[in-house]
Amino acid sequence: MASPEDTPVGRRLQLVKHIIIVCSGKGGVGKSSVSTQLALCLRATSPTARVGILDVDLTGPSIPRMLGLDSHPVHQSSDGWVPVYADGSEARLSCMSVGFLLKRKEDSVVWRGPKKNAMIRQFLSDVRWGELDYLVIDTPPGTSDEHLSLVEHMAPVRSRISAVIVTTPQAVALLDAMKCLSFTRATSIPVLGLVENMSGYVCPCCGEITNVFSTEGGEEMARREGLQFLGSLPVDTELVSLLDAAEPDDQASNAVLAEGGSPHSFRLLELYEKTSTAPLFRAIVERIMNGLSAAESRE
Amino acid sequence: MIAVQQATPIPDPLSVPANAPEHCPGTESELAGKADACAGCANQEICASGVAKGPDPALPFVRERMSTVKRKILVLSGKGGVGKSTFTAQLGWAFAADETLQTGIMDVDICGPSIPTILGIASEQVHASSSGWSPVYVQDNLGVMSVGFMLPSSKDAVMWRGPKKNGLISQFLKDVDWGELDYLVIDTPPGTSDEHLSIVTYLKESGIDGAVVITTPQEVALQDVRREIDFCRKVGIPVIGLVENMSGFVCPSCKHESQIFKPSTGGGRRLAQDMGVDFLGAVPLDPRIGKSADYGVSFLDEYPDSPASIAYLDIIDKIRLKLGD
Ligand SMILES: Nc1ncnc2c1ncn2[C@@H]1O[C@H](COP(=O)(O)OP(=O)(O)OP(=O)(O)O)[C@@H](O)[C@H]1O
Ligand SMILES: Nc1ncnc2c1ncn2[C@@H]1O[C@H](COP(=O)(O)OP(=O)(O)OP(=O)(O)O)[C@@H](O)[C@H]1O
Ligand code: SF4
Ligand SMILES: [Mg+2]
Ligand SMILES: [Mg+2]
Repeated sequence: MASPEDTPVGRRLQLVKHIIIVCSGKGGVGKSSVSTQLALCLRATSPTARVGILDVDLTGPSIPRMLGLDSHPVHQSSDGWVPVYADGSEARLSCMSVGFLLKRKEDSVVWRGPKKNAMIRQFLSDVRWGELDYLVIDTPPGTSDEHLSLVEHMAPVRSRISAVIVTTPQAVALLDAMKCLSFTRATSIPVLGLVENMSGYVCPCCGEITNVFSTEGGEEMARREGLQFLGSLPVDTELVSLLDAAEPDDQASNAVLAEGGSPHSFRLLELYEKTSTAPLFRAIVERIMNGLSAAESRE
Repeated sequence: MIAVQQATPIPDPLSVPANAPEHCPGTESELAGKADACAGCANQEICASGVAKGPDPALPFVRERMSTVKRKILVLSGKGGVGKSTFTAQLGWAFAADETLQTGIMDVDICGPSIPTILGIASEQVHASSSGWSPVYVQDNLGVMSVGFMLPSSKDAVMWRGPKKNGLISQFLKDVDWGELDYLVIDTPPGTSDEHLSIVTYLKESGIDGAVVITTPQEVALQDVRREIDFCRKVGIPVIGLVENMSGFVCPSCKHESQIFKPSTGGGRRLAQDMGVDFLGAVPLDPRIGKSADYGVSFLDEYPDSPASIAYLDIIDKIRLKLGD
């Protein structure tokens, strides 16, 4: 009999060391932006780190836009789908999303569960990820078909999966984060910790900090549930524009060039590293990596 | 070779039953019941017979229930967290401010129901009576139904696949004893998936008056909203208009206005223009909206003079006007 690892998904993800699922329950709390930042920061942890990012938000894919890869086509090779590389020829940040498969970007993807399930299976078994240190998976809100399919198809690589839960500080978001946590418990996925996003806004005019979406609920929930609190990220308007793939104003890109960045280097990462969120996020990534190695040494 | 999704003709999304397998050609197709995909499908016999082009057995009951509901309004957005549930609640409260009107709110966000919290009725339960499930009442003329009232604990995850969600939505539509309603406002989860297809399939016959689409100003939200409007067109739901939420923030300390979610591609107004839908208005970001929602109190009642309340009421007037009420 074939070993449980020996399935198309198991074989395809054989050389992937860690799989991190980013989830939240609630919509719009920043799963996709946390996934994007996580992938960027993990790639920057070493000059040889290889990271993949898989977007399983099939009806509302945000990753292509956030990585500045809107309307890139996906190529099919004899050995499966070739992911899109966000960093060009360096090819250390690969990406796959339904967004790349649509003919027109305003086309809606109106799929019921079974079709979503098939797409996710294909993403996991047919994409040529190759060797990866980390595969980050961005999920849609909720705990439904996409999540169940992910867990089901990834059974052969179970031992390498963990999750990061994202929330914002409001009660309505925490309520859904709790449901998301119940989901990870029901499916026995270890949780690396909780990120509280958008927790406070610094007025650009007077510097006053306003809790636009109230505050500290995330830390409190982490304490109560015995989760690692990975950190909180304030509202950062620069980040919104960067992830909107707005043409960076020339001042910013000129500054990158002036400081020795080459036009060929990975500009998104360079611009990201200039945001006020980047240093905070690096601390989060450090905690995540510690969590992963602690889990490894326990095995 | 470039990979493109769906080389085969796309079936009408409304003709793919919730329990059909992945490659279902659609029950209206000539191949219905005969395609390779149909092998093993529970509907194969009916589909192949070509007679009963499978109308859902729940449909006549839904029609009956909905015959006493005057207006049915969907609140939609492709993007999560843009304020659909908050808007639904304000719309409900605003309609219910008129004592002569009866309003219902139906929450079909099954995995993340926020409506009970926002309306301050999170600990309530639904009761069954001989005429069906009775809604939970916020006040005499504002009834609410949500899966949130049916869970043993708010911490439990609802880990349901499509067909089960479809089943609950059909029950909400046929078994809830709304009585006579002037307005039924339906809050939806983000996306274009099972919940949306189910609600449209069940209500198509009794008629949906239209959808209010919510967005925030940044492109990451707008791109999902374009897809949502495309969805409305595909399934034939009229779009009442677009609302831009969280459009600017006034610092409580220095009163200076700044853009948190900068409209890098022209925001909701431009999108409405490009897609030929009405722009209903913009609601600013106000931290008191989030607080009111968390405490389950009506923002419109608590802060009637705030710019956000004025914006909400103006938008609601436009919706009424467009519906001809
Ligand atoms: N810390 C932050 N400060 C300001 N804006 C942020 C922050 N984090 C995320 N955003 C912005 O908020 C919006 C929603 O974030 P994002 O799309 O990542 O959420 P999501 O949880 O993936 O949403 P969905 O549920 O629709 O998939 C985006 O425009 C994003 O750029
Ligand atoms: N104009 C506003 N100003 C400040 N906060 C707001 C505003 N509108 C909504 N919010 C808050 O933003 C959060 C998201 O809103 P809401 O839950 O209504 O969004 P949603 O679109 O229903 O999300 P989901 O996709 O998860 O269903 C809530 O905490 C809500 O209180
Ligand atoms: S039998 Fe009918 S419902 Fe089932 S797959 Fe075929 S056409 Fe679709
Ligand atoms: Mg997302
Ligand atoms: Mg909602």
